[in-house]
Amino acid sequence: MEDTLQERIQGIIDSNDVVLFMKGTKHFPQCGFSATVVEVLRRSGSEFQDVNVLEDPDIRQGIKEFANWPTIPQLYVRGKFVGGCDIIREMYEKGELDAVLSAKEG
Amino acid sequence: MVEAEDLEERIREGVNEVSHIVVKDLTGTKDHWEALIVSEAFAGKSAIEQHQMVYAALGELMAGPVHALALKTYSPESWAKQEG
Repeated sequence: MEDTLQERIQGIIDSNDVVLFMKGTKHFPQCGFSATVVEVLRRSGSEFQDVNVLEDPDIRQGIKEFANWPTIPQLYVRGKFVGGCDIIREMYEKGELDAVLSAKEG
Repeated sequence: MVEAEDLEERIREGVNEVSHIVVKDLTGTKDHWEALIVSEAFAGKSAIEQHQMVYAALGELMAGPVHALALKTYSPESWAKQEG
């Protein structure tokens, strides 16, 4: 992956506390797994930046290499990859997600 | 598309020490799968690391043939608790 794409992805992740790379948008998710994570974030009352990978094939491919994670959606909180749909749903069910979402920097 | 046996074999080879595995076709179209995997190799690893091990084992299958893969990964110890 060339640097410019890597930097672009890093820029998106660094400029938002919570970022969800997904298929579709938070208002119109276009995949069941992406919709599940949007719903979990909504229930957690967490603001987040959505990035529609369907509109950006470079990001769609680049984000998979970036996190060494072959599927979408991908959730990042304060620059850290937190997981895909399974992990986010499991963390939410175990009540672990709120701690991650609200954890203050440093 | 991929066959259940191929998925299972690739996971057994790539993850090793798999003591229990159940692969389920979620939609009957052989591209939306669920896999429950118990392995000693998962012990002490985070959920992300466990799933990355499975994705690494499946390699290029994740780039097309498998559209979606819901994963439930356990070490033998956490599986025993889950079952208990």
